[in-house]
Amino acid sequence: MYRYDEFDERFVRERVEQFSDQVARRLDGSLTEDEFKPLRLKNGVYLQLHAYMLRIAIPYGTLSSRQLRQLALIGERYDRGYGHFTTRTNLQFNWPKLRDVPEILGLLADVEMHCIQTSGNCIRNVTADHFAGIARDEIEDPRPTAELIRQWSSQHPEFSYLPRKFKIAVTGAEQDRAVIKAHDIGLRIRRHPDTHETCYEVSVGGGLGRTPMIGKVVRDYLPKADLLAYLEAIMRVYNLEGRRDNKYKARVKILVHETGLEEFTRRVEAEFAELDGPSINADPAEVSRIAAYFAPPTYRALPERSTALETARAGNPDFDRWVEVNTTAHKQPGYAAITISLKPVGEAPGDATSEQMRLVADLAEEFSFSEIRVTHAQNLVLPHVKLSDLFAIWRRLGEAGLSSANIGLITDIIACPGLDYCALATARSIPIAQAIARRFAEDTRQKEIGELNIKISGCINACGHHHVGHIGILGLEKRGIESYQITLGGDATQDAAIGEILVPGLAAEEVPDAIERIVAVYLEQRQAGESFIENVRRLGLAPFKAAFLELDRAA
Amino acid sequence: MLLDRNGPASDSWTHSDGAAIGNIPLALVPWEALPEALANRVPGQQIGVVVPGSLAIAEIEALLPELALIAIGFPAYSDGRGFSLARRLRRAGFTGRLRASGPLIVDQFAYALFCGFDEIALPASSAGRQPAEQWQRALSHVGARYQRGYGDGGNILDQRRAKRLAQAAG
Amino acid sequence: MAAVAKRPALPAILLANDLLDGDVVFASAAGETLAWTRDPALALVADDDTGAERLEAFAVSEFAAQRVVDAYLVDVETSTGRPVPRHYRERMKTLGPSNRRDLGKQAGEGIAPSGQRA
Repeated sequence: MYRYDEFDERFVRERVEQFSDQVARRLDGSLTEDEFKPLRLKNGVYLQLHAYMLRIAIPYGTLSSRQLRQLALIGERYDRGYGHFTTRTNLQFNWPKLRDVPEILGLLADVEMHCIQTSGNCIRNVTADHFAGIARDEIEDPRPTAELIRQWSSQHPEFSYLPRKFKIAVTGAEQDRAVIKAHDIGLRIRRHPDTHETCYEVSVGGGLGRTPMIGKVVRDYLPKADLLAYLEAIMRVYNLEGRRDNKYKARVKILVHETGLEEFTRRVEAEFAELDGPSINADPAEVSRIAAYFAPPTYRALPERSTALETARAGNPDFDRWVEVNTTAHKQPGYAAITISLKPVGEAPGDATSEQMRLVADLAEEFSFSEIRVTHAQNLVLPHVKLSDLFAIWRRLGEAGLSSANIGLITDIIACPGLDYCALATARSIPIAQAIARRFAEDTRQKEIGELNIKISGCINACGHHHVGHIGILGLEKRGIESYQITLGGDATQDAAIGEILVPGLAAEEVPDAIERIVAVYLEQRQAGESFIENVRRLGLAPFKAAFLELDRAA
Repeated sequence: MLLDRNGPASDSWTHSDGAAIGNIPLALVPWEALPEALANRVPGQQIGVVVPGSLAIAEIEALLPELALIAIGFPAYSDGRGFSLARRLRRAGFTGRLRASGPLIVDQFAYALFCGFDEIALPASSAGRQPAEQWQRALSHVGARYQRGYGDGGNILDQRRAKRLAQAAG
Repeated sequence: MAAVAKRPALPAILLANDLLDGDVVFASAAGETLAWTRDPALALVADDDTGAERLEAFAVSEFAAQRVVDAYLVDVETSTGRPVPRHYRERMKTLGPSNRRDLGKQAGEGIAPSGQRA
C-alpha cells in the first residue's frame, strides 16, 4: 500500500488547519453560507436530511487494518457506531456534527486519510479495479496510476472550480470491474500492439446521472509517461469550455456530446501539443517510487490447491457455497481474494458497524497482509488470503453476520442511501433493497437465478448506478408519493450499456413483484448457461414488457 | 480592494468605460473598446484591458505585447475559467500584470497566484467581509502542492526529486 | 441564496438545521419570541399570513446570525393535534431514517420526555 512521506503528511495536516479556519470564518460571518458550502463539500461535509454527513475518501478503495480501525473508532466516538460504504468506494458517516469535523479530520490524518475532494465541482476520489494486483487477467496494476492521479488532482490550483464534478477511474485488467466507461475519464491500461509497451486507452465523457452516457475513446494508446500532461489538457479544455449556464449540462459528457467526439479530441490534442510534457509529468523516479509501494506482499510458496480447504468444503455445504460465490482466483497459487458481503439480507446495502469494521481489520491483519479493499458494489475484499485459512475466516465472519454468500447475485444490491438520509433524494432506496433481498433470500433460488445485478438510486443523480444495473430501479416522486421506475439491460462492465425503461412508475410495495416477474421471464426463456444479462441482450425488452402487459390485462 | 501577495495594494489604474482614454497614464478599458483605445494611445501611455473568462486566447494573443495589464473577470468565485485563461496567457508569453477581478474568496488566493495572477481586485461586498489579514492567513495554509509548473518552485514532485538527488549524492 | 424559499400552503411550520450540530430544529413559541426546539411536536404552527411572516422573519434573522441553515416553511396537517408535514420528505425530517427506527427523532433523540416538555 502507498504510505505518506513527509510531503503528503504536511499536505494533509495543512488541509485540517485550513478547514478549521474555514469553519471559524463561517461562524464569524466572513464567509456566507453560499461561499462556505463548496468549501465544506470539498472537505466531504454535506448537509443531509437529519444531520451533516461526512464522506471520507478511500483512494482506489484501498485500506489498511489500522485505517479501518480508525474509521471504526470515529464511527463510535462521533457517529452512531456505523458507516456506509459508497459506490465511489468512500465511507460516509451519517451523523457527525460540524463542530467535530476538524477533530475527525485530524484523526484521519493520523492514519494517512482525508476527506479532500469527496464532493464539490472538482476531481473526486479516484477509483480502480478492486482486484488490482490480484486479478489473473491483469496487464498492469492500476493503483500506481491511481495514486499519481490522487496526488496530482489534490487541491489543483487550476481545476478546483470546474463546471461540475469530475470522476476518474482506472483499470489494468481485461475485465472492467471499475465501471470506467461511466466515468468522466476512464483509463484502461493496455499493451501497444507494436511496441508491447503498456499505454493508456483514454475515454472521456462517460457518466450516469440525468443524462447517462458511455465514455468515448479520445486516445487509443497514450504513453504512460505523458499521463499528467494529457490529463491537464483534457481538464483545461473542459474547464474553459464546459457549460456553466446549466448545472444539468455541465458535465464533460455534455461538452463531448455537443462538441462532437472528433472536435473535442482535436481540441484536447491541440492543447496537449502546446504543453511542455517534461515540465508537467512525473519523472520516472517518482513513478517508480509510487509503484514500489504496490509491490506484491511476501507470499508463501504454496501449491495451487489446498486439501484442508477441500476437506472443509466437502464437510460443510454452506461454506462450500460461500467459497464458490465469494472468492476470486488469485495470481498467486494457493491464495484467493475474499469478497465480504455487506449485503446481509434485511440490512442496508453497504452499511457496516464499528464492530464489523474492527473484525474485518483484525482478519486482514491476521490473514491478508493488513490490507482491505472496498468495491464499488459496496462490499469489502480481503485481497490475499491463503486457501487453507478460508474456513477459519468464514466462521469468524459468520459470527458477525458477514458471511452472506451472495456476491454478484440478486441480493447483492447496490443502493444509495436514498431519502432515508439524503437531502437530494426523491424517494427511498434502502427499504426497496431490503424488500427485494427478503423476497429472494433463499440460497437455492439465488443460485438458480445466477449473476444478476440490481442497482437502486433514490434520485436522478444515480449514485446507485441504476442505469448500468442489469435491473435498474430509480426512485422518483410522482404526485406526492414515492414512485419507482424499472430499467433493464444496463451493464457496468467492458460491455457497458445503459438500461432501457421497462416500467415507468411502480409503488414501493409493487417493486418486489415486478422483479419476480422479470426473473420469471428469464428463467422460462433462458438457454443453457445463459446469464440474465445475456438473456436480456438476446431477447431484447419485448418479452419482459409483455409480462407486464399481461398483468395489466389480468388486473 | 486590491491585493497582491504582499497584502493590500493601491490601484493606480483608471477604469475607462470606452476608448476615450485621453492621456490617462494607466488606462483600463473594456475588451470591446481595446482596438480603439490602442489606436488612441498617446506616447508613454499604458493600456490595460478587462476580459471575460470566456475569451479565446487566439483573440487576444497578437495584442499581448501592447498590454501592461489584463484583468480577467470572475463573474462568481465558483467560475474557474479565469484560472485556465491566466495559464494560457502566461504560456502565450504575457509578462504584464495579471489581475483577477471579481468576488473571489480567500481560499482561492493561492490558486490564483499559482496560475499566474499577480493581484486580486475585490468588489466592496466581498472585501468588507474578508479583510486583508484573512487573505494573508489563507496563503499560509497552502504550502507545497503536487502539481508541477504552477508558480515558482515549491512543488512536491520536484522537492522529492531534489531530495532523491541529494541522497544519491550524499 | 435566500434564507426562505417560496411560502407553502398554510398551516405551516418552520424547520431548519442547526449550523454547528446539523440537527433538524423547529421554530417554537418561547413567550413573546421564538426559539428553536429539536422536538417537532413543539413546532409553532402558522395558520395565517401574519404567523407565516413571523416565522419567515425569524428564519432570515437566525440564518443571518449564523445559527441555522436551510431554513424553510413546511406545510403541515394538524388533525392529530400535532403538526405533521404533508410531504413525505419533510415527514422524514421529523422522524429519522425509516430503516433505523432506533435513530433520530422517532427514537426521541434530542427530545425531552413528554413529561418534561416546557
